[in-house]
Amino acid sequence: MISVSSFYISLLLFLIYLQAFFIFNQKGEVLISRLYRTDFKRSIADVFRIQVVSNSDVRSPIITLGSTSFFHVRVNNLYVVAVTKTNANAALVFEFCYRFINICKSYFGKMDEESIKNNFVVVYELVDEINDFGYPQNSEIDTLKTYITTESVVSATQAPEVSSRITAQATGATSWRRSGDDVKYKKNEAFVDVVEVVNWMGSAKGTTLRADVDGHIQMRAYLSGTPECKFGLNDKLVIDRGAVGTSGPSSGLADRGGGDAVELDDCQFHQCVRLNDFDADRSISFIPPDGEFELMRYRATSNIKLPLKVIPTVTEIGTTKVSYDITLKTTFSAKLSATNVVVRIPTPLNTTDVDVGILGTGKAKYVPAENVIVWKIARLQGGQECSLSAMAQLTSTTTRQVWARPPIDVDFQVLMFTASGLIVRFLKVFEKSNYHSIKWVRYLTKANGGYQVRDSLIKDVHMCIDRIAHFS
Amino acid sequence: MSIKAPRKGENYELSVDLNSEYREKRKDAIKRVIASMTVGKDVSGLFPDVLKNMQTDDLEQKKLVYLYLMNYAKTQPELVILAVNTFVKDSDDPNPLVRALAIRTMGVLRAEKIIDYLCDPLQKCLRDENPYVRKTAALCVAKLYDLKPELVIDNGFLEQLHEMIADSNPMVVANTVAALTDIHIAASSQPSISPNDPALFPISSSILTKLLIALNECSEWGRVAILNALARYVAKDDKESEHICERVVPQFQHVNGSVVLAAVKVIMIHMRGVRREDLIKQLVRKMAPPLVTLLSSPPEVQWVALRNINLLLQKRPDILSNEMRVFFCKYNDPLYVKVEKLDIMVRLAGENNVDALLSELKEYASEVDVDFVRKSIKAIGQTAIKIDAAAERCVHVLLDLIDTRVSYVVQEAVVVMKDIFRKYPSTYEGIIPTLCANLDELDEPEAKASLIWIIGEYANKIDNADELLGIFVDTFTEESYPVQLQTLTAVVKLFLKKPDSSQGIVQRILNTATKDCDSPDVRDRAYIYWRLLSTDPGAAKAVVLAQRPPISIPRTTVAPALLEELLGEVSSLASVYHKPEETFVGKGRVGAESLQRKTDAPDDRFSTSKALQTVAAGQQAENLLDFDDAPAVEGRPSGLAATEVLSHTPAAANLLAGTSSNPLDDLVSIFGAPATPAPPSANSHDIFGGLGVNSTFPSGGTGSLGSPAVQSPSVAAPPLQKNQQPEDDLLGLF
Repeated sequence: MISVSSFYISLLLFLIYLQAFFIFNQKGEVLISRLYRTDFKRSIADVFRIQVVSNSDVRSPIITLGSTSFFHVRVNNLYVVAVTKTNANAALVFEFCYRFINICKSYFGKMDEESIKNNFVVVYELVDEINDFGYPQNSEIDTLKTYITTESVVSATQAPEVSSRITAQATGATSWRRSGDDVKYKKNEAFVDVVEVVNWMGSAKGTTLRADVDGHIQMRAYLSGTPECKFGLNDKLVIDRGAVGTSGPSSGLADRGGGDAVELDDCQFHQCVRLNDFDADRSISFIPPDGEFELMRYRATSNIKLPLKVIPTVTEIGTTKVSYDITLKTTFSAKLSATNVVVRIPTPLNTTDVDVGILGTGKAKYVPAENVIVWKIARLQGGQECSLSAMAQLTSTTTRQVWARPPIDVDFQVLMFTASGLIVRFLKVFEKSNYHSIKWVRYLTKANGGYQVRDSLIKDVHMCIDRIAHFS
Repeated sequence: MSIKAPRKGENYELSVDLNSEYREKRKDAIKRVIASMTVGKDVSGLFPDVLKNMQTDDLEQKKLVYLYLMNYAKTQPELVILAVNTFVKDSDDPNPLVRALAIRTMGVLRAEKIIDYLCDPLQKCLRDENPYVRKTAALCVAKLYDLKPELVIDNGFLEQLHEMIADSNPMVVANTVAALTDIHIAASSQPSISPNDPALFPISSSILTKLLIALNECSEWGRVAILNALARYVAKDDKESEHICERVVPQFQHVNGSVVLAAVKVIMIHMRGVRREDLIKQLVRKMAPPLVTLLSSPPEVQWVALRNINLLLQKRPDILSNEMRVFFCKYNDPLYVKVEKLDIMVRLAGENNVDALLSELKEYASEVDVDFVRKSIKAIGQTAIKIDAAAERCVHVLLDLIDTRVSYVVQEAVVVMKDIFRKYPSTYEGIIPTLCANLDELDEPEAKASLIWIIGEYANKIDNADELLGIFVDTFTEESYPVQLQTLTAVVKLFLKKPDSSQGIVQRILNTATKDCDSPDVRDRAYIYWRLLSTDPGAAKAVVLAQRPPISIPRTTVAPALLEELLGEVSSLASVYHKPEETFVGKGRVGAESLQRKTDAPDDRFSTSKALQTVAAGQQAENLLDFDDAPAVEGRPSGLAATEVLSHTPAAANLLAGTSSNPLDDLVSIFGAPATPAPPSANSHDIFGGLGVNSTFPSGGTGSLGSPAVQSPSVAAPPLQKNQQPEDDLLGLF
C-alpha cells in the first residue's frame, strides 16, 4: 500500500528542468540553439519569435502555449530562452539563465549579439558543459575557465594528468578550489570589500517610505595551501550571545560593544561557507576559492543610516512653469565624502527649456531627450550642503498628457561608510603551515537607481479647481 | 546523399575545406558548418566529410564534430555507425574529459545503431575512477532509458545507479539522483507500470540518510536535485519529519534562489508531519527572511518568488506579517512584478499598516500603465472590504481618484465603490451624488452596470433616481447585456421602493426587454419580474429586495486541496501559475486508467473531485491546444492557427469556462498571452472562478473584484453575466 501512495505523490513531482536552450537576437534570429531532449523540433524557435519577439505586449517572463513553456530573460537586446514541456522548476531555470549570462560576461567581457556571434564555438562548449540532458552541471566560472578557454590551442595539448586534476576540481567536495599544494603565494593576503547598496524611497514630504540595504562582501583571497577561514561581523545575534571570543586579530576597525551591533535580516553565502555551522551558532567558516569571489550577501532594514538627505520642493506656477528647489544634505562625518553624486530630476513631458542655478558645488544641465535635469557633483564633503534651483518652461497643451511622474533619483558612493552599520570584526586564517597572513578591509556604500524621492507635484492644484467647479 | 552533390555552392566549398590537408582549414570549415547549422541551414549532406574529422586530439574540434553529430545522427542513421569506433576508443582515452565527452555524446545521438555499442563503455564509465566521468555516465543511463528502457534493465544499470547513491563524490550522488528521478518519472508515466517496477525510485530511509549527507557538500544544482528527492520521501513518524526539517533549514542561507525555494518546498511538505508547535513556529520564522531576500533577485526570479510567496501566504498568512513595506513597488519594476506585489500587499494589509498601503496605492493609481492603475484601484477596494476600520479612508482615496477625472480611473473607482456599498450598506450614501455626476463619462459596461446597481439599491434615497435610470432605459437596446440586466433590476427595485412615481418607467422597460431585446437572458429575467410584479408584489419585494449575504475577501484563491498540492511543488511552473500541472503539461492522453488510479489512491489527501476536474482539464487542454503533436512538419503554422481560433472565440471559451468550473478559462488566459496578460491575470480569473463556484460569495458583489470582463473584449462579458444570472435570481440578489 505504501508503495502505491508514494507513487501517487511522485506523479505530482514532474520536475525535469529545461529541455531546450536558445539565444535570439532582437529580430528573433537564432544565434544559439541547443535541444537537450528530443521533444522539440527546431521550429519551436519560430513559435517563440512570433509569440514573444514580435509581440510588443509581452507581460510575463514565462509564456505557455499549449503545453510548451518558454522562459525568457532579456539582456542587451538578446533573448536567453529556455523551453520545456514539463512542470519545470521555474526558479531554477531563471537562475540558470542568469548564471549563463554571467558566465558569458566573464568570458567575453560583455554579452551582446556580437560577442555571442564571435564566440559561438565557446558558447556551445559552455552550454554543453554546464547542462547535460537538461540538468545543470558545475557552473563555477573559475573552474570552467580552467578547461574551456577562448584560445583553442591550449586544450589540444592538455595532458591527461592535468585533466584529471581539473575534473577532480570540477566535481570535488571543494569544487571551487584547486587542491592544497597547487596554490602558493609569497605573501599571503586577503582583501575584504564590504559593498552596500542602499535603497531608499522617500515621500515628497521627506518621510521614509522604505529604506533597506542590499550588501555583499566581496573577497579576494591570495592564500597558500588549503586555508581554513573564520569570519566575524558585528552581527547582533552573535554579539548578544557573546559566543565569539574577542581575542582574535581584529582587522582595521576596532571591536565595538554590543550597542553598535547590526541587525541583519538575512544572509546568503557562497557555497564554500558551511551552512550548518552558520545555522548552529552563526559562525561563518569556509575554505575560500582562490582569487576573487562573493563571500556573502546580506540584507538589513533596521537602523539604516541614510548618507544623503534630499529635500525637494516642486511647485507649479500657472500652467506653463514648474519650479524646482532641491537640497542635498550629507549626514556623515566631515572626514568622509560622497563621490560621483548624480541627481536626476524628471521634468514634465511638455518641457521646452529649463534654467538651472546651483548653490554650492556641481554642474547641472537639462537633457531634453530624457526629460530630466542631470546634476552632477564630483565630491561632496561630510557636513556639506548644496542646492539646485531650476525653472522649467512648459508648452501649453490642450490635451492632458500622461506623465508617469518618475521619482527624483540620486546615485552616489561613500567610501568607508556602511549604511547598515556593519563592521568586519575579524578574519582568521588557519593553515597547516601556519603562515602569517595580512588582511585588508574596505567599506563602500553606494546608491544605484534605488535612492529615490517621489515628487507628488502640481496635480493638487488641478484637483482643487476641479472640485470647486464640481460642487458649485 | 548518394546522389552526387553539385560541384559548387556553399556546401561544396565546405566539403572541400573539410577534406583539406591543412588542419586549421579543416577546423575552420567545421566551425562554418556549425554556424550554418545554427541558423537552420541544412548541412546534413556534409555528414561523411565532418565525420572524417572526428578522430583528433584537438578537444575543441572533437566537441564541434560531436555537436554536429548530435544534430544529424538521427537523419543519417546509416552513417552514424562509422563514428562508433571513435566513440568507443574515446571512452577509453586516458584523458577523463575525453572519456566523459564520448559517453555524454553517445547518449544523445538517438540512433538505434549506436545504442547497442553504448552499453559496454557505459558499464566501464559508471565504474570509472574519475568522478567527472562517473557523474556524466550516471546521466547517460537516464538518456539510455529514454531510448531503450529494456537495455538499462537488462544490463543492470539501475542497480549500479542505486549503488552510486553512496558514492563518495557529492556531485556523482546528485547526478545519480537526477538520473534515477528522471527514469522514475518516465516509468511512472507508463500506464501499465506495476508498483514494484525496478525503474521506480522510492526514497527509502537508508537513501534518505545518504541524501542528507550529500546535501551539504554538493553544488547548488545538485542540491536542488537532492532536495527534490527529499520532498518525495514519506516520513515514518514525526521524529523523522523533524529531523529532515532541521537538516534542510540551513539551505535557506544559500545564495542561489532555486536552492532556497527547493528548501522551502521540502520544509512545507515535511512540516505537515511535525507535531511540535515550537518547531513549526521556528521553521516559519526562519522562512521569512530568505523569502524577502529573493526580492533582490533579478525580476524573473523575483516574480517566481512572488507567485510562490502568494501561495505560502494563503497557507500561512502570518509568515511575512511585518514585511509589507518590502513589497512596495519600485518605479522601474517590470509590470508583472508590480501586479504580483499588489496582490501580496493586500494580503498583508492590516490595521497597523493600512495607511502606508493606501498612500502607496494612491501613488500607483497615477502611473501610466492602465492595467496596473486599474489593479491598484481594485486593491483599494479589496482593502476596504478586508479591513472594516479602514473602509472610510479607502473611500476618501477613491473620491480623490474620481476627482482626477481620468476616464479609466473614474470607471474603475465606480466599480470598486459598488463593492464597498455591498459590504457596508447604507454607510456611504453621501458620496452617491459624486458618483452620479460622472455618469456621462462612463463608457465601460462594468462601470455602467455598477453605477446602475448603486442607483437601484438606493433608489429611495436618490430623488431623481427615475430620471437617472431613464437615461439608460432610453438607450436600453444599445447597451451591452450586463448593463441591460442591471438596468432591468434597478428599475424594478425603483418601482418596488417608489411605486407611485415609477409606474411608467417600469412598464416601459419590461416592454422593451421582453419585446425588443435579443438576449434570452434579459428577456427571461424581464418575464420573471413581470410575472412576479403582476401576481404578488409582496413576493416580488421579498425576492428582489431581499437581504444579501455579506461579501468578504477570500483567504485563498485556489481550492484547499489544490493549495496543498501546489505547496508541495513550490518553485515549479505549477506553483507559478497556481494551477495543477495537468492544465499545461500535456503528457500523452490522460486516460480512464490513470483517472482510476488517481481516485483509487489510498492516500486521501486530495479530493476525488479535484482529480476528476484536473484530468478533464488536461484533456481539454490537449485537444484544443496541443499544436506540437500534430503531424504537421512545423510547430509554427498550427501554433499560429491555434492562437487565431482562440482569439476569435473568447466568448465561447468563456462560456465553457463559466459552466464547468474553469479549466478552460485558465487555459485561455495562459494561451491568450497577446490579448490579456497571461499568468498574472490568470490569477484574477481564478479568484473569480473560485467565487462563482463557492456560493458563499454571491456574484453581485464579487463580480467586479476579479472580473475578467474588464480586460477582455466586451464580447466576453455576456456569457459571463449569464453564469451569474441563475444564482442572482435564485438567491434574490437583485
